[in-house]
Amino acid sequence: MDLGDHAGFIIGGYLASFVVIVGLIVLSVNQSRKARARLAELEARGVRRRSEARPAARPAPEAKA
Amino acid sequence: MGITTTLANPTRFMSYSGKILPVTWILALVLIVAGLYYAFPGSPPDYQMGEVVRLMYVHPQAAWLAMLTYVLMAVAALGTIIWRHPLADVLQKAAAPIGAAFALLGLVTGMLWGQPTWGTYWVWDARLTSFLILFIMFLGLIAIWATVEDPGRAARIAAILTLVGAVNLPIIYFSVQIWSTLHQPQGVLQGQTDAHFLPPMFLMLGGYTFLFISILLLRMRTEILGRRVRSMQLTSVGAEA
Amino acid sequence: MKAFLAIVRQTITVSFRSGGGPLVGLIFFLSVVIVVPFGVGPDLNLLSRIGPAIIWIGALLATLLGLDRLFQDDRDDGSLDQLQMAGLPLEFVVLAKAAGHWIATGLPLVIAAPVFGLFLNLSTAAMGVLVLTLLVGTPALTLIGVIGGALMVAIRRGGMLVAVLVLPFAIPVLIFGVLAVSAIVVGPADSFGLPFMLLCATTLLAIVVGPVAGAGAIRAGRE
Repeated sequence: MDLGDHAGFIIGGYLASFVVIVGLIVLSVNQSRKARARLAELEARGVRRRSEARPAARPAPEAKA
Repeated sequence: MGITTTLANPTRFMSYSGKILPVTWILALVLIVAGLYYAFPGSPPDYQMGEVVRLMYVHPQAAWLAMLTYVLMAVAALGTIIWRHPLADVLQKAAAPIGAAFALLGLVTGMLWGQPTWGTYWVWDARLTSFLILFIMFLGLIAIWATVEDPGRAARIAAILTLVGAVNLPIIYFSVQIWSTLHQPQGVLQGQTDAHFLPPMFLMLGGYTFLFISILLLRMRTEILGRRVRSMQLTSVGAEA
Repeated sequence: MKAFLAIVRQTITVSFRSGGGPLVGLIFFLSVVIVVPFGVGPDLNLLSRIGPAIIWIGALLATLLGLDRLFQDDRDDGSLDQLQMAGLPLEFVVLAKAAGHWIATGLPLVIAAPVFGLFLNLSTAAMGVLVLTLLVGTPALTLIGVIGGALMVAIRRGGMLVAVLVLPFAIPVLIFGVLAVSAIVVGPADSFGLPFMLLCATTLLAIVVGPVAGAGAIRAGRE
């Protein structure tokens, strides 16, 4: 379709929106992956948190703390 | 009470947000795709602005999200200072980069819209000036999170600055308004909103908002996981010593 | 009240003793005023028109730059803890420090402004209004800067960062101050009242927000 004389501005605006939003999503997903990997690694090594957060077997953390 | 106390626990937040996230991602995608259809083939050019009106489907949405982010951060700042809520700290940290990204988009798309409609990329009017300062505030808050190592302290410092900014931004807006009306006549074109433009505008607004919710929840989850990693590292170091 | 005045007095003496604080501020102020004509050219008409703005920006920078060490020395030698234990709320401690700092550095700027105005070809009427607006407005600048000084204690590093964070908050003060003066310099004279009243209102608000936010920042950094 023809966007007229100002096509550059319109395409530029949409392109900028796409780049910034996708960039933000990629960055956030990457950070999330890294945090997950780090947590899995620590759990595999058998490190536990004080307030043990495995929802399956959790015997009232407040009482045990 | 109710939902706030239910979500108060980070563990519970993790389980609820994990269930909500797929829904919000899909809603965001569907709304934005529908909005893009209406934005290009599905709507005519404006009789006054021409094709440039199509920027109305990305610019106000970005600006709205930037302001929504700041309001949320200000509420979270109160949560940090008054209730010392760990989730409020997490929200503050997770939201700052999102606010910066959308404020940047608001500025860029606004400038690209301004040049063809007003004949200039920038005017020193109240809206633009205070928005630029909003962008700088987001960058400053990100810098604080990057500079201060202890997350609890960073949250309280960021909260103070966010709240001072919340008091100050309306004053800056007002002062620049007085300044610019005394200096130059307001010649800014007010766009007519025709019924054709409403569907893409609101579809995109909804899509952007769900996109924001999705990214925010994702980042908050990452931050909570990061804190778990941090506390686990501390305990493991303590056990080895 | 006694403790309050004691802190004011102590802040004044410290800033006079440590490397002549007010003097350095004045020299900095003077250099800003001197440098601008080299940037914009020696046209006296132009200078008299933008003169109030130059002096206001000079005062702004001189005020904000001097504030980075306001609380740091107190924290380093432990007197911040002492002041807190003396029973005075931290908000009032911050207000007292700000008052002392303003008397030691802000007030000299106000007094020196007419002399500097001579270099910028300001009329007598303009100088009078300039001094009046500076007298009302510089306390607001100091109180905004106090937030920065307190944040500096909390963050512990990053002086540049704090300056950038706090500078935008001074925009309304600058706008109202310069508008009030230029109402007299370029007219119309009846447009003086509104910005001047708003300048007073901004200062009053800063008297509340500055100490509360400053105290909050110091507390945030101590825990």
